[in-house]
Amino acid sequence: MSKRPDLGPKRGPIVMRVRDVADAAHDTVNRRDFLMIATGAVAGVGAVMTAWPFIHQMNPDAAVLALASMEVDLSSIAEGQEVILKWRGNPVFVRHRTKAEIDAAKAVKMEDLKDPSARNLNGKDSDAATDENRVVGGKEQFLVMMAVCTHLGCVPIGNSGEFAVVQGNTKSGGWFCPCHGSQYDTAGRIRKGPAPENLPVPPYKYLSDTKIQIG
Amino acid sequence: MSGPSKYQPTTALGKWFHERLPIVAFAKDHAMDFPTPKNLNYWWTFGGILAVMLVVQIITGIVLVMHYTPEATLAFSSVEHIMRDVNYGWMIRYMHFNGASFFFIAVYIHMFRGMYYGSYKAPREVLWMIGVIIYLIMMATAFMGYVLPWGNMSFWGAKVITNLFSAIPFVGTEITTWLWGGYAVDNPTLNRFFSLHYLLPFVLAGVVILHIWALHVPGNNNPTGIEVKSEKDTVPFHPYYTMKDGFAIVVFLIVYALFVFYGPNYMGEPVNYTPANPLSTPAHIKPEWYYLPFYAILRSIPNKLFGVLAMFSSILILLFLPWLDTSRVRSGKYRPVFKLEFWVFAAVCVALGYIGSKPPDGAYVLWGQVLTVYYFAHFIIILPLIGLLEQPKVLPNSISDDVLAHSTASK
Repeated sequence: MSKRPDLGPKRGPIVMRVRDVADAAHDTVNRRDFLMIATGAVAGVGAVMTAWPFIHQMNPDAAVLALASMEVDLSSIAEGQEVILKWRGNPVFVRHRTKAEIDAAKAVKMEDLKDPSARNLNGKDSDAATDENRVVGGKEQFLVMMAVCTHLGCVPIGNSGEFAVVQGNTKSGGWFCPCHGSQYDTAGRIRKGPAPENLPVPPYKYLSDTKIQIG
Repeated sequence: MSGPSKYQPTTALGKWFHERLPIVAFAKDHAMDFPTPKNLNYWWTFGGILAVMLVVQIITGIVLVMHYTPEATLAFSSVEHIMRDVNYGWMIRYMHFNGASFFFIAVYIHMFRGMYYGSYKAPREVLWMIGVIIYLIMMATAFMGYVLPWGNMSFWGAKVITNLFSAIPFVGTEITTWLWGGYAVDNPTLNRFFSLHYLLPFVLAGVVILHIWALHVPGNNNPTGIEVKSEKDTVPFHPYYTMKDGFAIVVFLIVYALFVFYGPNYMGEPVNYTPANPLSTPAHIKPEWYYLPFYAILRSIPNKLFGVLAMFSSILILLFLPWLDTSRVRSGKYRPVFKLEFWVFAAVCVALGYIGSKPPDGAYVLWGQVLTVYYFAHFIIILPLIGLLEQPKVLPNSISDDVLAHSTASK
């Protein structure tokens, strides 16, 4: 409740009239405060409700959300070969790893990894980033993962970087991102550079011995 | 603006109009009679040059939109259509493309002039901060414009820059998805960038009006850095500076035209003449030259979140410059230590640009880190310390005194 202003002693009929008007005005100010707050609140809620469609229209639309899945025939990918496919607008690596690459990935100690999580959408969030947790058991020669650097989204270059298997003059496995120099090992795990996470493994399953479905 | 308006309507119609909308008086006061320090050098002409470049970009841009198609499968070929089929399309596109670079050349000179002569100091802090906002809007506009031709560097530039927001903890992925309108940069991204690229230059024009308003409250700084003391220190803007600015604008446009006609792709990236390919990142991805110093800072920090924070801070720190510089003397002319350090800082900025254009390995990474440390040290440590420790030279009594002293010295 706001304080009434001191308008001095009542001295005559005219002064009294002024005071009465002032008092009346003050009583309605309290109602006016209420009305102002109520109106403001309604307008504010209305503004937010109106803003939401204008913000949400920028999110993926129904056509984009219609999640496409994709079948990949693995029998056409030779050992040591890597293919890049497009899934939901993003590139995906499917690599047929050599024995040396798998051994190199398995030999890595967990404490040497920058990101200890497997980042495998087919497994659990708590899975450790072992080589086994990044592939399907019994099919560990096929490494399927997003070809999107977890730093700023470039496509890393295969068979390069410090964590590839070196045999003579050739490198196999391992990825180097040309944009900002992130380096991934033969299991696609981040080892050096600014990228924070291992290359994520997308959801996929084996339809037959040589065919997978991504998505 | 000091004193009452000098505008007196001479005709009955002029008087009738003036009483209803005094816009002629306003224009005369601010564009003609405005009292301007009489010692402004050619570094002060870049404000006018920038205004001209904004107009050039808006006009050429509106024309390009008459022929361009903002759709992922058609954008690239519609730009080639502009280059090959549209009458003078090649010229208008090259004007727009090089216009962006020359806009940035002018803005960088304008900003370094402000830093050298201490134009950001009281009472011009708000003027300076509006300038930094203009610079940020310019960067956003140029970035989105670069995406529109949908070349391979357009695509990957868009992907890398929007991915900067994925560094934000917890909601980063949601924000990039929202920015893209999908799970990768694609047609929805191109559409919204086109919409905003058309909008922002007009926003820019509005903020430029605020910038000039904030300039016309205290009036121009000048090479001595001391305030105007009497009318003797000033000349009316017209014809003195309309002529000086006009001459500088013509010279600037000649250099611009040389690039448009004889080296239109000198500042471009050849990779951007191949269509966008979401499956193949160009081997040496780098932004347009005007972003390179900030790109070098981003790459110098081997951590995603901190790299992104450092990059944004390196620009936003300019907002605090008026309070980081502790010296009460404005102009670098009278600050012997600052003057030297200013050129070191300028060289560091250029060197960072060079590092940003190189691949991120070997000695470039180390040098990038050293220069990044210096860049921030300049603002946070060196500038405040110089202001406290340096003994400035004696300032002239007035702008007029300084001008006269130099004219007698040259006799």
